[in-house]
Amino acid sequence: MSQHSITVTVNGEASTREVDARTLLVHYIRENLDLTGTHIGCDTTSCGACTVLLDGRAVKSCTVFAVQADGRNVETIEGLATDGKLHPLQEGFWEKHGLQCGYCTPGMILSAKHLLEKNPNPTEDEIRAGISGNLCRCTGYNKIVEAVQYAAEKLREETTA
Amino acid sequence: MTHLDDRFEHHSPTPDGSSAQVETTNDVQIKTPEKICGMGHRMKRKEDPRFIQGHGKYVDDVKLPGMLYMDIVRSPYAHAKILSIDASEALATEGVVAVITGEDLKAAGNLHWMPTLMSDTQMVLPIEKVVYAAQEVCVVIATSRYVAADAIELVYVDYEPLDPVVDPFEAMKDNVIVRDDKDEKTNHIWHWEAGDKDATDKVFSDAAHTVKQSMHIPRIHVSSIETCGMVANYSKITEQMQIYMTSQAPHAHRTVFALVSGLPEHKIQIISPDIGGGFGGKVPVYPGYVCCAVASLVTGKPVKWIEDRSENLQADSFARDYHITAELAADAEGRITGLKVDTLADNGCADAAANPSKFPAGLYSICTGSYDMKAAHVAVDGVYTNKPPGGVAYRCSFRVTEAVHMIERMTDIMAHDLGQDPADFRLKNFIRPDQFPYQSPTGWEYDSGNYQAALEKAMEMIDYRGLRREQAEKRERGELMGIGISSFTEVVGAGPSRDYDILGIKMFDSAEIRIHPTGKAIARFGTKSQGQGHETTYAQIIAEELGLPASDIQVEEGDTDTAPYGLGTYASRSTPTAGAAAVMAARKIRAKAKKIAAYLLEVGEDDLEWDVDRFQVKGSPDQAKTIQDIAFAAYTNHPQGMEAGLEATDYYDPPNLTFPFGSYICVVDIDKGTGEIKVRRFVAIDDCGHIINPLIVEGQIHGGLTMGLAPALFEEIVYNEDGQNLTGTFADYLVPTAVESPKWETGHTITPSPHHPIGAKGVGESPTVGAPPAIANAVVDALWHLGVRHVDIPITPPKVWKLLRDAGVTD
Repeated sequence: MSQHSITVTVNGEASTREVDARTLLVHYIRENLDLTGTHIGCDTTSCGACTVLLDGRAVKSCTVFAVQADGRNVETIEGLATDGKLHPLQEGFWEKHGLQCGYCTPGMILSAKHLLEKNPNPTEDEIRAGISGNLCRCTGYNKIVEAVQYAAEKLREETTA
Repeated sequence: MTHLDDRFEHHSPTPDGSSAQVETTNDVQIKTPEKICGMGHRMKRKEDPRFIQGHGKYVDDVKLPGMLYMDIVRSPYAHAKILSIDASEALATEGVVAVITGEDLKAAGNLHWMPTLMSDTQMVLPIEKVVYAAQEVCVVIATSRYVAADAIELVYVDYEPLDPVVDPFEAMKDNVIVRDDKDEKTNHIWHWEAGDKDATDKVFSDAAHTVKQSMHIPRIHVSSIETCGMVANYSKITEQMQIYMTSQAPHAHRTVFALVSGLPEHKIQIISPDIGGGFGGKVPVYPGYVCCAVASLVTGKPVKWIEDRSENLQADSFARDYHITAELAADAEGRITGLKVDTLADNGCADAAANPSKFPAGLYSICTGSYDMKAAHVAVDGVYTNKPPGGVAYRCSFRVTEAVHMIERMTDIMAHDLGQDPADFRLKNFIRPDQFPYQSPTGWEYDSGNYQAALEKAMEMIDYRGLRREQAEKRERGELMGIGISSFTEVVGAGPSRDYDILGIKMFDSAEIRIHPTGKAIARFGTKSQGQGHETTYAQIIAEELGLPASDIQVEEGDTDTAPYGLGTYASRSTPTAGAAAVMAARKIRAKAKKIAAYLLEVGEDDLEWDVDRFQVKGSPDQAKTIQDIAFAAYTNHPQGMEAGLEATDYYDPPNLTFPFGSYICVVDIDKGTGEIKVRRFVAIDDCGHIINPLIVEGQIHGGLTMGLAPALFEEIVYNEDGQNLTGTFADYLVPTAVESPKWETGHTITPSPHHPIGAKGVGESPTVGAPPAIANAVVDALWHLGVRHVDIPITPPKVWKLLRDAGVTD
């Protein structure tokens, strides 16, 4: 198994590690960097629990090799709050009860972040389509949709303020 | 621990008024101000800050020094003899520490078999033969998960394939015996009955109308987004076994581990950390858990096992798989008079259901549902097949979903057959409010209900009569629209110790509350949240009873070293049992607090009254001591002769189960060209008695509705004739996304439980139980005029497309 030295910037912090060529990005994040907020829920790129942002785009990190992230930026759930202040999406999920067991939540929030960056004022159908790569077994999605709507409004207010 | 009730106040297990009739209301009761946040407040969840910031701690997040990883070699056959296992190449691989086989477990003290929760037996690892595809054959322990995954490919197992028996009706013929380890060479496991057969036969012979229908409630899988896993950490020095485990019932699991392994129970600590969804799938003990614990015992090192999704879908306990034939009788006025049910329960290769011991078919005999009838009889036979063992719940209490689906389908078929509106037919046949507590013909005592109120509210909310007019107009134009109703009765909160136990352990549950000197508190419980929000709702219950702000109460569960013993969280039992225990423990504390307040205020106890968060002198509210004043005094200035401190424990044995109910109405539009079903609207009125936190109850209902939609339209575990699971990934097993899941419209009525100390009932599973027949009834309602009487779930577009083509509909 070939070893590779990779430098990945995760949540604004660059670090260099040796990894096997086959190391998955999700294992790199969880086990090499000890950022366990990114979860694993399936092995077929179906559930989205492992979603992170790679150069701003939502990807399922169970289907990306760590070496593919070499020289790139990764954002995980741990990087969302700034200076102890929750991101509007985090706030929305808390306010609107957008989570129950919390396992899908980090991936769901990052998919929603990508969605709102592309489309700051989505309709309910656009929100549902935007998070359709992420499975939630607890909430029935109603309150996740409300959480994303809450965040969208808040982010629009912040932009115009 | 001082049991305060021994000294101060007798604690009756049956609160007053257990058989009183109760009123139904619409408004959520709030008695405390927002700063206290007792019952009824929409309190934001206390547990959420860690989850939304990526700081939840799940089993796979546990990382211990020197930790090894386990992976499992699984059978490619559903039924085969094992001729040999050659692990030499795996063992020669760098990083592989051990391979454990069934022979190794046998040598370690017959650990190759284990008891199931239903007192059947199940292989941990096989020696002679495998009985389902994906069965655990042996395990590999290695220094990394990648090495372990590689090494399982290097274990060579020589099998002699045997004919499998996959169909349960075939299995009943005993041509292929699944469990030849048993003395009796038969696949028939048990026969179970409830109700009065003779009385039912009489009702049927007198009936003016009868309907009969066979249906299959297919095998499904809970598919919590977190799979199952364990980190076992045995120290050969201290002989302590510390286990992190995805467990809905950590205390019961500790006892099972102690009994099976012979390790002393005080040397076993089970920690169930944050759990990524359970829904019943984390109640059983799976072979992987036992192997992981043995691997740590053998190596003296921490060992982690996390199953992947395809293992989870192929080998973990399934739910349902009931083949039902039902008959319903009615008199000339269209009143339901009787019900007959015969059921074949496909249990897979072991009876590993998670039911209370005395109930091999769970609480299936609740199947007369919300309807008053003279007689009923239900019979169930359990059978072995070459499939993984089960069945567990799927967000439902003990086989109630199967019962509700059957009676709600039968009621609809009868209404349609009689040419009556399904809503009017239900309203006519419901148990009336004045009949509660209601004795059902199969032996249940329903605690409270008002089925008319819930259905009428749902009909008003969705404009039922308007929808019927719309449907009539659309039918004129050849469009397919259906309206389906489900008016279900749930039975949750197992249960009274006289009838309910698991492996002999009675199904009470517990709470322990300690108030600190500064008026803050910690409360620990025998249950274990998997997303239900116990850290918030239990705090609100205690806040209601003691006037401490809910934000000042820390709730802990899941560590068997610290929490009081309890049977865990499943079957919507936490609020009915542990929630009641919290109330009772808080009331013990309040009784002691009253004595302290009397002492501080220099008055008699009889001169005091409780007001939200304080004892005050009657008629002189200025003279008062808050719960915080009293807590401080309990440690600094307590009366002589009284024990210091302010704490209590309660083990609550419920006097009865609780019977939540609801009425759901679903509207579907069907595309004639493709058979696609669109759920246009879905209104759900639930009644779970008094509501602790409306925000959390709404969330539970939304989630349960999507888990009811799933088996109605999408999910099914499918096997081919060789016993191979064809739905072993999320690409094939179709969990609904936000796109398939409709925007749920919810509401409530409130009919308190008369025996629960705060009038609450369980709620988390009602919608999973109630939703599937509402959807199925809507589809059949859209197709009835084409001659369609029934469709088995999941109702997929190809099934509907074929029904339409068979009926001559072509566009």
